[in-house]
Amino acid sequence: MSERKNDQFQRRNRPPSEKIIDIGFKNLAIAMASMVAVILFGILLVIFLGSIESMGRYGLRFLVTSDWNPVTDDYGAFTAIYGTIVTSVASLMIAVPLGVGTAIFITENIIPQNIRELIGIMVELLAAIPSVVLGLWAIFVMEPFIRPFLTSLNNSYSWIPFLSTEPVGPALAPAILILVVMILPIITAISRDSLNQVPAKLREAAYGIGATRWSTIFNVILPAAISGITGGVLLALGRAMGETMAVTMIIGNSNNFSLSLLAPGNTIAAMLANQFGEADGSQVSSLMFAAFILMILTLSVNIFAQWMVKRLSLKY
Amino acid sequence: MDKSKQVCKPQNKTTISLQNVTISYGKFEAVRNVYCDIQKGKVTSLIGPSGCGKSTILRAINRMNDLIPSCSLNGRVLFEGADLYDPRIDPVEVRRRIGMVFQQPNPFPKSIYENIAFGARINGYKGDMDQLVESSLRQAAVWDECKDKLNDSGYSLSGGQQQRLCIARTIAIEPEVILMDEPCSALDPISTLKIEETMHELKKNFTIIIVTHNMQQALRVSDMTAFYNAEIKEGAAGGKCGYLVEFNDTDKIFNSPVQKATQDYISGRFG
Amino acid sequence: MNLFYKHTSRRNLSNTILTLITGLFATLAVLPLILVILYVLIKGASQININLLTQLPEPPGDDLNSGGIGNAVIGTFVVTGIGALIAIPIGVGGGIYLAEYSRNGPFSKFIRFGTNVLSGVPSIIAGVFVYGVIVSTKVIFGSNFSGLAGGIALSILMLPTVIKTTDEGLKLVSDELRKGALGIGASKFITITRITLPAALTPIATGIVLALARAAGETAPLIFTALFSFYWAEGSEALLEPIATLSVLIYNFALEPYEAQNKLAWAASFVLVLIILTTNIISRFISKYASSK
Repeated sequence: MSERKNDQFQRRNRPPSEKIIDIGFKNLAIAMASMVAVILFGILLVIFLGSIESMGRYGLRFLVTSDWNPVTDDYGAFTAIYGTIVTSVASLMIAVPLGVGTAIFITENIIPQNIRELIGIMVELLAAIPSVVLGLWAIFVMEPFIRPFLTSLNNSYSWIPFLSTEPVGPALAPAILILVVMILPIITAISRDSLNQVPAKLREAAYGIGATRWSTIFNVILPAAISGITGGVLLALGRAMGETMAVTMIIGNSNNFSLSLLAPGNTIAAMLANQFGEADGSQVSSLMFAAFILMILTLSVNIFAQWMVKRLSLKY
Repeated sequence: MDKSKQVCKPQNKTTISLQNVTISYGKFEAVRNVYCDIQKGKVTSLIGPSGCGKSTILRAINRMNDLIPSCSLNGRVLFEGADLYDPRIDPVEVRRRIGMVFQQPNPFPKSIYENIAFGARINGYKGDMDQLVESSLRQAAVWDECKDKLNDSGYSLSGGQQQRLCIARTIAIEPEVILMDEPCSALDPISTLKIEETMHELKKNFTIIIVTHNMQQALRVSDMTAFYNAEIKEGAAGGKCGYLVEFNDTDKIFNSPVQKATQDYISGRFG
Repeated sequence: MNLFYKHTSRRNLSNTILTLITGLFATLAVLPLILVILYVLIKGASQININLLTQLPEPPGDDLNSGGIGNAVIGTFVVTGIGALIAIPIGVGGGIYLAEYSRNGPFSKFIRFGTNVLSGVPSIIAGVFVYGVIVSTKVIFGSNFSGLAGGIALSILMLPTVIKTTDEGLKLVSDELRKGALGIGASKFITITRITLPAALTPIATGIVLALARAAGETAPLIFTALFSFYWAEGSEALLEPIATLSVLIYNFALEPYEAQNKLAWAASFVLVLIILTTNIISRFISKYASSK
């Protein structure tokens, strides 16, 4: 390259230090990005290695037996798996209509804009309340408040297996309700974003041919937003399965299996929170096995959710 | 600018030489087989219909195409005899000698003063910064508008002033060549005129290559003009592949073009 | 022809009913927030005084003097701070890689996918992981339960959010700015640190603050990493010993059968919710103010 006389720019040719910083910075950034993969594989590896002993001893029997006895050293996770699935699915069944309904209410032009924004912010702030505080509230406020209703449910419908025991305090049912509170913000926020992404021209097209607000919502807007909403619902399902603190505080942490939602039960996450600190020997391995099952459940739900959300972004 | 530089600058010397340059995006050729020698101390315009690859060629000269991952170049681009696409070449150093002004004015979200000083500092400028800022802004003909608000944000200026600030920013690193990619396309006619006046001043010290879709502008500002055309081609980028039709002195291109395509284009029969 | 609105037509009636139902749902959705905040205020705020914030908790017992939450307040800041010190450099660095170096490369796509997956990993699993790698192996200077282990567990939860906000914040920076810097011979490092990162500072900072607020309330990753302590964290090895946090204090004391401890849990909830909600509201306000400017 040409050289100039009296060039006042000393770094026209870059000194090696500058190039080293440039390359070093890039490699540092790559290393840090890789940490995500390292942690993710680390988690899977640690939990898998920890559960090998228990896997070898119980195999798939672990999934279907409900003994959990540290004294006789015999473990089966069915109670916790049942609790995990029942609480998350039941909470989803309540939270989806509530969340999607709220999202419609705050994206449609029903009430003034600033009130809609306020509702949106309040729902988002609800997501910021720590799980443990909701658990505290559930123990001392919510559960005593709903117990009479649960008792009357039991009195009237005790022939239904899910309502067959008398409520005495912590149980699956209040855990389901607190889970509703925890996943409602996710469903509402993602549904709202999906509804907002529906192009205005679709709505105008429907209104333009004389459709009412609700026929527009049901026939045009919801179908256009459905894969985003489904993705949000699946993310919420993953969250509900792994949610720990509030659930462990209100579910009763019982390892005795009962079909009834009014009886104390357990979830995998609650069991881990409750027992992991004090466990030793083969109990640790069995807890790791349970954690591995939880990890597989949430991973598959989350990956499926991501796939659904990606389908949405391809659509427009 | 110090005089010694101007004295030792020979006239009609090739500074940039494109030798059989073909640029592709992925598998698709955007522009191909370009031969072109650009002379030092002159203003050269690249004109042609959209999709003819003139901006692609311009960006190849200071390796801005490196930012597009799928973009690849065959052939040689020589700058003062050195092959810019030699693997040992550092593209950052290339850009310190061949500066660029873009289509959209893009001042940094910093003060006017810092906008100029930033580039000079990263190039290791050791002289008087205040003086450099002033002389750069003067050369870009924007000093009078800026001198009382050097500490205001670059965004406080109008679009035309912002573009001249960007030119000043490029001048401040004292490159040998300044590339301008349709620098006036986002500006009003009065700002355009001012920037054209600026370019007349600048060519005393710099080699300038400008891409423009405005033929009157090419006629007004440039000494040399290269006319590119595009042909429809299956499987090319955007369905078109560009090539260099004719390269000559500007008045020859506009008054007595050799190729019929050039004739058609400048007389407005297509494009 | 009569175009007047007919309240009694089936179409209009069903429309009104559906609108009312969604309004009811929206009310139900905000009700828990109001109720929780109300109870935290009623049961927690009334107990707040200087002694509560400066004293140590008493060991549980049927004793009306339960002490204070001073060490837990400090512990929450310490453990969250450790998490931030780990997660922010890694997360910002990773986000820079995704947005600036390889926006659509296969490795970036893989890392983005991994980030989303990691953000869906239950927080208790992060605790189990850190327990397995750090606590049970005593790999850090032979200490097992420690504030440091708790901070590391929290950093795993913060990391995906920090990466995502950095990635998205940088993507919002106009490409023109990047080209402007590179076009005058700035290296990639200079372009990122001096131009694009400062331009994206507000969204990145907001996202990080929200991640910190969220982590400050996390309990599950701490119960068997940071554990709990009835003492002040002091001395040169304080970070290598178990440390109290507000969230674990709430968990432990909520389940005690004694009323004095339960009251302390409510007081701690008030302080924790106050910290988290004010951080949330302030950072939202700042980001809204900055984006309107």
